[in-house]
Amino acid sequence: MSDLNQQMAERYKNNFLKEIEEQAEMGEWVKMCMQCGLCSGSCPTNFHSGWDHPPQEIFMLIRAGKREEVLNAQGMYMCTSCYNCYVRCPRKVPVTHVMHGIAEYAYRIGRAPKNQPTMHLSRTFWNNATKYGRVNEVKLTQSLYFKDGLGAGIKKAMEMQTVALGLVKAGRLNPLEAIGGGHKCKDLKGIHAMLAKANELEAQRKAAKG
Amino acid sequence: MTSVVATNQTILVVGGGISGMTAALEAAETGKQVVLVEKNPYLGGRTVQLYRYFPKMCHPTCGLEINLRRLKANPRIQVLTLAEVTGITGAKGAYSVSVKLKPRYVNANCTACGECGKAVTTEIDDAFNYNLGKVKAAYLPSSMAYPQRYVIDPSIIGTPDAERAKAACKYDAVNLDDQEETISLNAGAIVWATGWQPYDAAKIVYYGYDRFPNVISNVEFERLADPHGPTGGKILRPSDGKEARNIAFIQCAGSRDENHLRHCSRFCCMGSLKQTHYVQEAYGDEGKSTIYYIDIRAIDRFEDFYQKVKANPNVTFVKSKVARITEDKAGNPVCNGVNTEGYIRYANTHDLVVLALGMEPSVKGVNIPAEVMSDSSGFIMADPANAGIFGAGCATNALDVNRAVQSATAAALRAIQVVNKVARAEA
Repeated sequence: MSDLNQQMAERYKNNFLKEIEEQAEMGEWVKMCMQCGLCSGSCPTNFHSGWDHPPQEIFMLIRAGKREEVLNAQGMYMCTSCYNCYVRCPRKVPVTHVMHGIAEYAYRIGRAPKNQPTMHLSRTFWNNATKYGRVNEVKLTQSLYFKDGLGAGIKKAMEMQTVALGLVKAGRLNPLEAIGGGHKCKDLKGIHAMLAKANELEAQRKAAKG
Repeated sequence: MTSVVATNQTILVVGGGISGMTAALEAAETGKQVVLVEKNPYLGGRTVQLYRYFPKMCHPTCGLEINLRRLKANPRIQVLTLAEVTGITGAKGAYSVSVKLKPRYVNANCTACGECGKAVTTEIDDAFNYNLGKVKAAYLPSSMAYPQRYVIDPSIIGTPDAERAKAACKYDAVNLDDQEETISLNAGAIVWATGWQPYDAAKIVYYGYDRFPNVISNVEFERLADPHGPTGGKILRPSDGKEARNIAFIQCAGSRDENHLRHCSRFCCMGSLKQTHYVQEAYGDEGKSTIYYIDIRAIDRFEDFYQKVKANPNVTFVKSKVARITEDKAGNPVCNGVNTEGYIRYANTHDLVVLALGMEPSVKGVNIPAEVMSDSSGFIMADPANAGIFGAGCATNALDVNRAVQSATAAALRAIQVVNKVARAEA
């Protein structure tokens, strides 16, 4: 993976903007930013620690060719997809999608931090949802709660037990699914065929660029 | 029936603001016949609603007074107020135009003595002051109004109030039987100078213009500062009438925004810089202005004006597009955002927020009752397909007064060339 990082760095030399434009999804929008700061001001995650670079700063860093700073940044993983920045951006930059695109690219070339919480959530959710075409709530929460070890998992589960009981009562959570396979969608084969095709198309698109 | 003398050698000017007046005067002073059509009951448009001009900080009354004197002295200009162009047919050199005239209910006998206003009890929104106050339903739109004649609002016609106004008039000037009429007139060339309107601030949802009383627009702020305005020139905020000493100005409110106005409105930076002078003038060192901006566009020779405002310690500049306005418990507006110089998050409380709203054409190109080329914002473009119709002033672009006058003079010159050709053909 880090080989790919090296390859890309070699290939684009000092033109990190071009690298992002060609390799990251929606990267071509980076040059449209006019640095007004509306996205950062609208961002709810700004209140959290670890939000080192807000979107417009990441855009400017990319344009300034600061490859290491951007690929080491946490900002793009902090996005919660609330879309405030997206709807308000005066240049109609799809900020949310650009942030996801950069995060995905960093992951692809092996530069994403290990156990980054939002990335972990995305991956877990994706694997869980695509396996049976429906989300298995029990398995999903299990794998998220016990991410940081058994003790932390039990503590978190205790904290959330009233919510869980409410969900069980409302028929939204089946505790038995912790053992069994969980509920499936009607046409599981169809979903998997669709995902396989989507993967194939994406691989083609990336191969054409790379 | 209103009679207007107009031939194919007449120039029709639509809109009686600073651009329309200029175009009409420039053409008439070269000997052309001009008909000037204005929708409002008075001339002067949005310029007369300003407190002061930049950069010299003089009062619009001064410039308008000169124009009005030229107008009164010129027998070649026929002025129609409360009039709107509803249809244009024909071609360059021979247009036929229909004009709808709304009743004023007051004839030329009026001396503006004000007795009808005293007699009437109904009050209506004061449109001249952007509805910040109320006026009697028999009113003089402003002290500078030309024609200097009262107007009776149609809402009281048929009520005892209207009869009271008629009874109070000593000059037999009130005519309650006035009817709306549509007249037709000829023109060889048309100057379209319908001007601008401020962008609808309520559409910028995150600024809460329609939710927070202490978030106002730049045009409303002009009226607050004007001694003839609703507060007698005191800068008092709308919610509780408290003196607004700590004022935020938000630039690019609507402008340079793909979701609102695509263009830079050009005048708003200078407008806000000018308005910091009002705050300084009213409260001295106790008056604080904060300008939130993306970048200050004090175009060409106005850079000097900007530098002087920048040197004022009572004016702060924050490089940031405010992301959201909220309100605290005391009803103070709070500006939230990130200062991009250092990426510092702020939540600044102010007494009053002024949105520097951008300009959009008051009649968009597609709504002009003739084939006229316009850009994506609705501004009229210079295009041969427009034939004998020429845009002037803010109908063609976002302009300040100075540039609007230049644009109007240019449009007048083009219109003169058309009617000169007609005159040669008819001779």
